[in-house]
Amino acid sequence: MQLISCPWCGPREEVEFHYGGQAHVAYPDDPAALSDEDWARFVFFRDNPSGPFAERWSHAAGCRRWFNAIRDTRSHELLDVYRMDEAQPARTGTS
Amino acid sequence: MTTDRRTAVPPGADLPDHPSFLWPNPDPAKSYDVVIVGGGGHGLATAYYLAKVHGITNVAVLDKGWLAGGNMARNTTIIRSNYLWDESSGIYEHSLKLWENLEAELDYPILFDQRGVLNLAHSLQDVRDSVRRVNANRLNGIDAEWVDADGVQELCPIVNVSPDVRYPVLGATYQPRAGIAKHDYVAWGYARAAAAMGVDLIQNCEVTGIDTVGGRVRGVRTTRGRVAAGKVALCAAGHSSVLAAMAGLRLPVQSHPLQALVSELLEPVHPTVVMSNAVHVYVSQAHKGELVMGAGIDSYNGYGQRGSFHIIERQMAAALELFPIFARAHLLRTWAGIVDVSPDASPIVGLTPIDGLYLNCGWGTGGFKATPGLGDCFAHTVAKDKPHQFNEPFTLERFTTGALVDEHGAAAVAH
Repeated sequence: MQLISCPWCGPREEVEFHYGGQAHVAYPDDPAALSDEDWARFVFFRDNPSGPFAERWSHAAGCRRWFNAIRDTRSHELLDVYRMDEAQPARTGTS
Repeated sequence: MTTDRRTAVPPGADLPDHPSFLWPNPDPAKSYDVVIVGGGGHGLATAYYLAKVHGITNVAVLDKGWLAGGNMARNTTIIRSNYLWDESSGIYEHSLKLWENLEAELDYPILFDQRGVLNLAHSLQDVRDSVRRVNANRLNGIDAEWVDADGVQELCPIVNVSPDVRYPVLGATYQPRAGIAKHDYVAWGYARAAAAMGVDLIQNCEVTGIDTVGGRVRGVRTTRGRVAAGKVALCAAGHSSVLAAMAGLRLPVQSHPLQALVSELLEPVHPTVVMSNAVHVYVSQAHKGELVMGAGIDSYNGYGQRGSFHIIERQMAAALELFPIFARAHLLRTWAGIVDVSPDASPIVGLTPIDGLYLNCGWGTGGFKATPGLGDCFAHTVAKDKPHQFNEPFTLERFTTGALVDEHGAAAVAH
């Protein structure tokens, strides 16, 4: 089973984690100003790259904290994990 | 190529012989009226109906690998049309009607077998939702009935209907006209018929770019050179986001691994198709004798055509609870396909903001059953530059207008 390194607890088995989809999707600054197209983009449209992807995980059966990870969607290899208050590591670039 | 190839034993049925010569293997020409990207079931069926119904034969189907080697080779071959909403009933029932005549249409055996499908209900809410869906189906002229636990056992005696399990079987919806088909033969039948009408089926030809000029598509760039095209139709399932991005188009789909497995060959024990949303498994027995079981999707995005083992473990646990006699069957093989899941569990089929570029994606876990219906409707969309009535509701714009077709209930664990 794949091990995922929780930034707080260290490497744990994948079954302890819950997937949260694309990371760094900010809530709109001024929701009332959004057009229907903007809302559609915010609610339904997410990146779906074949390659490195910045995404959220929650250590649901452990410390229950959310964190971010860069994972290659082709190999499922985790390239980086980082806390929510840390910036996205520069070396991976894409998301 | 002659059309008189129909035999009792279809070519390839006596494996390991592979039918190598059902279609030619041409090099790409400089230009085509229509280029279809993706040589799976949907791409091949679209090419077939473009040629057959609309007389458009200057068509190429490009595939980055070999024909029907992606999800068309990986699905669990379940065919049914018992979806909840009118929009879905339209396209899935259209498809089922085409399935019923497809062997004759293609003049090729596809082992289409209407053995019926049971969708089990395990809780009071399941029962209510199922009965509602049966009623909705009947209003749409689709065969559907509600059967209680005894009825389930009568239709499929090996299902454990004991109340003494974690998720007891309280009943099921039953669609007698549903069934399975041999997925490879379906692809080969379409490929052979399309090639005979002049369609170029080009393998090992990966699309690396889509050329547009002034908002209109001009062609595609491939690993085998540039191919000009009047129209480009995308049929790439799990890779749709990657392809659409080449034309600057963003899609509301997420690609996930979807796993399935087979047992070794067994005597016939399973007379129908059983699906259970609550315990996450769907099972049938293929003609050769292997039990074919599908799981739910892996939660994370993935393009790797493999998933996590704990999903298989959970799927096997679910299967054993429903079918205790499977306990001594051996697992032979597991695999995954990449499915493009849309927010409302319904497909996205139609025009795009780019003239001449047509989109067919978002079928998620259930595209196989739609193969003939989608092919017919998508060919119409491409030929007429206007959606067919059955794919008209499934626009990309619905995510902006809010006119979603929420089929999570009927699609559920998988289609």
